[in-house]
Amino acid sequence: MMIFADLVQALYAFTTSWGIPYVVFALVVMTIQVGVVVGYIAVAAMFLIWWERKISAHIQVRFGPMRVGGWHGWAQSIADGIKLLLKEDIIPAGADRVVFVLAPMVVFAASLAAYVTIPWGPGLIVRDLNIGILYMVSISSLAVVGIVMAGWSSNNKYSVLGAIRSAAQAVSYEVPMVVALLGPVMLAGTMSMGRLVEKQAQGSWLGILPGWYVFPQLLAFLIYLICALAECNRLPFDIPEAESELVAGFHVEYSGMRFAIFFLAEYANMFTVAAIATTLFLGGWDGWWVRLPGLSPELSHGLFGLAWFQGKCYFLIFIMMWLRWTLARVRVDQLMDFSWKVLLPLSFANLVITGWVVVAGPQGRLVVLGILLVLALTIGLAVRGRGRAATVVARG
Amino acid sequence: MEIKLAIFYVLAAFTLWAAGVVVLGKNIVRAAVALIFAFCGVAGLYVTLEAEFLAAVQVLIYVGGITILLLFAIMLTSRISATASRVVNDQVALSAIAGAGLLAGLCYATLEGIPALVGPPHLPETSPFLGRALLTTYALPFEVVSVLLLAGMVGAIVLARKES
Amino acid sequence: MIPLSHYLILSAILFCVGVFGALTRRNAVAILMSIELMLNAVNLSFVAFARYLPQTQLQGQVFAIFVIAIAAAEAAVALAIVLGLYRNFKTVNVDEINLMKW
Repeated sequence: MMIFADLVQALYAFTTSWGIPYVVFALVVMTIQVGVVVGYIAVAAMFLIWWERKISAHIQVRFGPMRVGGWHGWAQSIADGIKLLLKEDIIPAGADRVVFVLAPMVVFAASLAAYVTIPWGPGLIVRDLNIGILYMVSISSLAVVGIVMAGWSSNNKYSVLGAIRSAAQAVSYEVPMVVALLGPVMLAGTMSMGRLVEKQAQGSWLGILPGWYVFPQLLAFLIYLICALAECNRLPFDIPEAESELVAGFHVEYSGMRFAIFFLAEYANMFTVAAIATTLFLGGWDGWWVRLPGLSPELSHGLFGLAWFQGKCYFLIFIMMWLRWTLARVRVDQLMDFSWKVLLPLSFANLVITGWVVVAGPQGRLVVLGILLVLALTIGLAVRGRGRAATVVARG
Repeated sequence: MEIKLAIFYVLAAFTLWAAGVVVLGKNIVRAAVALIFAFCGVAGLYVTLEAEFLAAVQVLIYVGGITILLLFAIMLTSRISATASRVVNDQVALSAIAGAGLLAGLCYATLEGIPALVGPPHLPETSPFLGRALLTTYALPFEVVSVLLLAGMVGAIVLARKES
Repeated sequence: MIPLSHYLILSAILFCVGVFGALTRRNAVAILMSIELMLNAVNLSFVAFARYLPQTQLQGQVFAIFVIAIAAAEAAVALAIVLGLYRNFKTVNVDEINLMKW
């Protein structure tokens, strides 16, 4: 929002008039930004934990938290947080102390660092890096290392198993995720998160639909959502935390505040992947807005943008929670199969076709369409022919 | 400029400390964690060199891929509570001398042989530049590297498979 | 502007630390980690040159990308070999893998 930049400029003028060097001012601004982001993560994570319990309860035809704080147990998360803070801090006997203590910090740092390039509203990004989406993807891969460290240093068979499974799952699902993300990046021609949303806000499909990239890139959107579920270790890709198999997987030996950090990092991660999906596919903060009476157009646009962004993110998170309490857990071999044999070829196909369409002119697009139709016909005939041949062979 | 120099020194010290732990650390898992820090330090140095795309790629591939591979290998080839007998072998003295000699030679070459270059104030945005370069000027090495990665993958799978 | 020699000397120190590690460590995986350190040092000097020699059109960064890709492939194959070693010799201590010594 433009007023935000004006505020920063005014503050800068104020501090320089007092002779304070730019560095101090920049550091103070950055500290405030980090404080706001951490505060948001804490509040959002607490809300998400409560929300998840309510959603799971209503899906399972029960009520969930109802007592703590009065109306539908809204203070349940706060009570949980206080309980976790007051628990005894146990480090297992044979554990590697340094790595054990460092692991939750690495996971949380990775989850927190991804919030730097999330576009909360028009002009509202902590830093609009020109490698925005690539930065978020690479920081998310740091969390996997933290999980492996946690599992290994716990000196516990179940932890190591959970950590290895989690690393294999995260690494396998990262590849189709990144390739699926390249579709909107190609359409927009930039990796910067702020510019991606601006490009979507400017265009429109067929004149009536908003210019969001979910319409041409539906396949990439679905692939990204599935891979995001796997990255967050959520059901149906719940094996690393398989509560019925591995006790609690890689964080079984963590208790009290350290476990709270893992828990917080998981929900922060969920919000991050929802934010990426919203920014790249659902148009970020783009949406209908009017000028509110008494406020400037920019401020109104900013407020509406904030509301749209939050709404879209929480809608996606609702879908993720809904899926968790509806689907069954997949087996490890099914998981790897699905990633490498289904998602990866599909995401590559999406990448190639998107690249073609972006580079080709209008006639080129007709050519691409023609080639795709011919390919689809050939594959369809081949599959049908093979099925018919198989039944013929089976019958005798 | 003072700030940039200070940041450079902090990153350099961090990277060198991490490299020291990698090379001399008794516990192999701690050495792997220190290697992660060394990679992150080098990524930070890339950012000071305005190579932000390369910094992101460094973290993504080195930390997110190679380090996990190393940790898997460590987990599969050592017992959980094993303590190493000796960290270094008998060649310590000779290697230290060789390393120091190499360092002296490289520093001499750097300080004497390379003129004091002053680079441009800012580089153009590197990501589109690199993308174009990789697909036009360097298209052949690009394709060869993809074949190499395929061969590496197949080779690693064949070598690591259990004899059935 | 940070002088180019700073980056080159840092790269040289990293490289020599890696050389020392590769020559003295006994654990095979630790030797591989030292080799990765050496590759990183070399990448650093490539990128430093790319920054200070604009007439090279970022060749240094392109080279660094290729080095990263090749390092990944090499790490995969080398670790597969280490796994095979462990299966046969029940140890990854390179001092004890001396069947072919005369």
